[in-house]
Amino acid sequence: MSAEFSVTPQIEPERYELRAPSPYHFELRRRDFFRTLGAGLLVACVLKDAFALQESGGGRRPMGDELPREISAWLHIGENGGVTTYTGKVEIGQNIRTSLSQAVAEELRFPLARIEMVMGDTRLTPYDMGTFGSRTTPTMNLHLRQVAAAARDVLIDLAAKQWNADRSVLLARDGRITDPSTKRTIEYVELLRGQQLTELVPAEDPLEPPAEWTVEGKPVPKVDGRDFVTGKHKYPSDQVLPGMLHGKVLRPPSFGATLASVETPDLTALSGVTFVHDGNFVGVAGPSEETAIRALKSVRAEWRETPDEVSSKNVYDYLKENPAKVGGELGERSSDYELGAVDRALAAADHRIEQTYTVAYIAHAPLEPRAALAEWSGDSLTVWTGTQRPFGVRSELARTFNLPEENVHVLMPDMGSAYGGKHTGESAIEAARLARAANRPVRVVWTREEEFTWAYFRPAGAMEIKGGVQNDGSIVAWEFHNYNSGGSGIRTFYEIPNQRILFHPTEYPLRQGSYRALAATANHFARESFMDELAHEVKMDPLAFRLKNLKNERLRAVFEAAGAKFDWSRPKQPGHGFGIGGGFEKGGNVATCAEVTVDQASGEVHVVRVVTAFECGAIVNPDNLRNQIEGGNIMGLGGALFEAIQFENGKILNPLFSRYRVPRFSDIPVFETVLIDRKDIPSAGAGESPLMGVAPAIGNAIFDAKGVRLRSMPMVPEQLNVA
Amino acid sequence: MANVTTLNVNGSTRAINADAQTSLLSVLRDQLDLTGSKYGCGEGQCGACTVLIDENPRHSCITPVGTVGNRRITTIEGLEVNGRLHPVQEAFLAEEAMQCAYCTSGMIMTAAALLRSNPRPTAEQVAQYMQGNICRCGTYPRIVAAVLRAAKEARA
Repeated sequence: MSAEFSVTPQIEPERYELRAPSPYHFELRRRDFFRTLGAGLLVACVLKDAFALQESGGGRRPMGDELPREISAWLHIGENGGVTTYTGKVEIGQNIRTSLSQAVAEELRFPLARIEMVMGDTRLTPYDMGTFGSRTTPTMNLHLRQVAAAARDVLIDLAAKQWNADRSVLLARDGRITDPSTKRTIEYVELLRGQQLTELVPAEDPLEPPAEWTVEGKPVPKVDGRDFVTGKHKYPSDQVLPGMLHGKVLRPPSFGATLASVETPDLTALSGVTFVHDGNFVGVAGPSEETAIRALKSVRAEWRETPDEVSSKNVYDYLKENPAKVGGELGERSSDYELGAVDRALAAADHRIEQTYTVAYIAHAPLEPRAALAEWSGDSLTVWTGTQRPFGVRSELARTFNLPEENVHVLMPDMGSAYGGKHTGESAIEAARLARAANRPVRVVWTREEEFTWAYFRPAGAMEIKGGVQNDGSIVAWEFHNYNSGGSGIRTFYEIPNQRILFHPTEYPLRQGSYRALAATANHFARESFMDELAHEVKMDPLAFRLKNLKNERLRAVFEAAGAKFDWSRPKQPGHGFGIGGGFEKGGNVATCAEVTVDQASGEVHVVRVVTAFECGAIVNPDNLRNQIEGGNIMGLGGALFEAIQFENGKILNPLFSRYRVPRFSDIPVFETVLIDRKDIPSAGAGESPLMGVAPAIGNAIFDAKGVRLRSMPMVPEQLNVA
Repeated sequence: MANVTTLNVNGSTRAINADAQTSLLSVLRDQLDLTGSKYGCGEGQCGACTVLIDENPRHSCITPVGTVGNRRITTIEGLEVNGRLHPVQEAFLAEEAMQCAYCTSGMIMTAAALLRSNPRPTAEQVAQYMQGNICRCGTYPRIVAAVLRAAKEARA
C-alpha cells in the first residue's frame, strides 16, 4: 500500500467531462430585478462572476486543505453505541451505502446493522471530487477499511491499557473487545467514554485479506431496502421545507437562443408568485406547482434563435470535418498511441479491411429528473439536490452567487440515479436564484422534457478502423480513430505488433458529457465488431480468433467462461445468431455472448439470451455485482438497439419517453452471469464496465443470423433493409 | 372550476383543496405528503406514479383529481398493514429487485394489482402486464422474479 494518503482524489485520465456552457447565464452588467407579486416589492441585485456558470463545476478542494487523516473525520462511535461513517461519495443506485458499510463492519468488527453512512454532505463529510469513474470501490472502500482498521487498533490499545493486558491476545468482535484469558469484555463505546478517535489513520496497516472476509464478499442486502419498498425514502425531488415555493424556468425555443425581450407578466390573479428575470434567466416561483406552471405560461418572451445546420442525420460528417478549435483542452490526447510501423504492416498483410462505425447521441434519462430545494439564510445557502458531485455543485453555487464556499451547504439525498448524467448543478442554481428573489425556500423539479433537452448527452462519435490480418488469423496491423466520442477504452488489448490509435476531439452540436462507461461503449462496439469482421475475413470462429490474438490471462478467462456457459459451439436454431464481444476498462474484465433472432418481416431484433462473464478482482458483494452486471447489460441493450436522440435546428425532436424508446420488460432476454472472484486482486468498481460487451455481441449475432453487418448504434431495423 | 375538497386515500378521508384538473399525483405528493408515488414522465409512459384506484392500477400523473373524488385510492404508503409488508414488498426485498429504487413504488403497485387479478401469472404475463413501467437501472429480471416469488408465497 502506498504511503500516500489513499483517497487523494484523482481525475481519471480519460474522463470526458462536460465543458459546454450552461444553457443560460446570469448577465454581469445588467441590473436584474426581482419582483415579488402580491406584495408589489421590487428588489435590485447585481450578481458577480456569473460566467463561472459556463463550467460544469470544477469542484475544487479548498486551497491548502489536505484531506483529514484523523479517524474522527471519517468515523464516529456514538454514545448510543452506533457507528457513523462519513464519506463524500453518494448513493445513486449502485448500492455503495451497503458495500461501504460492509467495509467498515469488516475491519471494525462491528455489526453492520448499527453502522450509519452519512454521504455527500459538504458540511459533514470530507471533500470528495465526485462519484464517477467506478472509483468508489477501489478508493473509498479501501480507505474506509483502513480507517476502520485503525479505529479497531486504537480500541484494542485502549482496552489493553485499561486492563493492563497484552494487546496481542485481545480480540475485537461484534463491537466489543474481549480478553479470552480472563473472559473480560468491554464495548467500544464504553472504552471511549464520550471521546472520539482523533488518532491518525496510519499509511500502512495490514487489512483483512479477501480470503478471510466475513462481511465483505457476502451478498448483504441493501441496508435501507425497507425504506424503498414502503415509499418512505425521501429523494431529492421529495424534499420539502415549511413555506416552500415551487419553481419553474422559462426555456429557450432552441439551443443557443438568447432572450430578446421579456415582459413582466400581470400576475394579479395568481397570488404569491415571484417572477425573476436575470440575463437569459426567466423563472417563477409559486405556492403550488400548478400556480407556477400557470404563471410561467403567462410570461411573454421573444428569443433570438441561431440557425443550426447540424442534425442527427448529418452529425457524423460534421464531427469528422470539424476538428476541435481548442483541441488540447480535453487532455485526452494522452490516449494517442503508436507502436511499430502500421502503414508498412498494413500494406504487407494477407488481408486488409477498413470500416467506419458510429454511435448516436443518447440521453441518460434517469427516472428521477434533476431536482433541487434551496434555502437562504442571509448570505448562507443550503441546497438539497440530486448530483454525483455535491462538492462540485457547491463550487458552482459559490461562484454563481459570489459566496465563499463555506457559505454554501450541499446535501445529496440518495437519488433516482444518474448514470453519469448528473455531474452538474443546473437545478440547484435555478432553485437558489428563485429562492434568493422570493426570500422563501424554492424547489425546482425538472420535467421529463426538460431533462431530455437541457441536461447533457452521451457524445455521438465515429470510429474508423483499418486492420491487417494474416491467413493464419494473426492480426499484424491496427489503426483506430475515434472522432468526438472519447478516449476511454480506446486502446486494443489484443496482441498486435503495429498500432496507431488516435482520439480526435471535434466541434460538436449538443451539450455533451459523461455517461456510464463513457466512450468505452463506443470504442468496444467498434473494436469488437471489427474483430468479428476480421475473423470472418480469414474464416475463423470469432471466439477462437479472439483467443488466438489475446494473451492477457484475465481477459482470456472471461471470454472462455462466457463461451463455456453460453455453449458457444452448439448448433443454432434456424434464424438464430450468436455473437460475442468483450474487453477491459476501469479494472473490470467483461465478455458477453448474445443469441438473437431477427423478425423476417419487420427486421425487429429480439435478444433471446445473454451470458456475461465478469471479473473485477475480489468481489465485495456478489449479489449486488450480479445486479450491476444485469442492469449494465440492459442499459447497454437500449443503446445497442433503440436509443438515439433525434435533433434538428437546435431542437430535440424526441424529448419524451413516448418518443425515446428505452428497454422495457418485453425487451429483456434470459440473463446468465458468471462471476469470477479473484481474491488475489484488489477490488475494482463494476457499475460501468459490464455495459461494454453487449452491443458488439448483439451486432455480431445479427450478422450471424442475417449476414448483414450493422455498424451504427442504435442498430435499428431500417439498417437491415427488410421489406 | 370546481374544487375537490376530500379524497379517500389508504382507508381514510383526507381534506384537500385542489382544482379538479390538478393531477392526482401532485395532490398526493404536495398536499398529503404521500411522496412514495413518483413523477417520472407526466405522460403515463413510465409507471413511477402508479396508484390503485378501486384496486386498478392507474397513472396518477395523468389522472385529474376531479375524476377520483369518490373512489378508493391506495398508494405505496397504504400497502403495509399494521407493520406487515405486502407480499410483493417482501418479495422485492428478498430478490433485491431494485437499484436506485425510484421506480419501485410504481412497480410494486402494478404487481400488487396483477396478483389480485391473476394470482398465478407466468413470467411472460408479468412482463406483459408491467410493460408500462420503466426501470432505467435495468432490474427487470429481478422484478419478474420478485412478482413470481410473491405469487408463490401468497399460495403457500
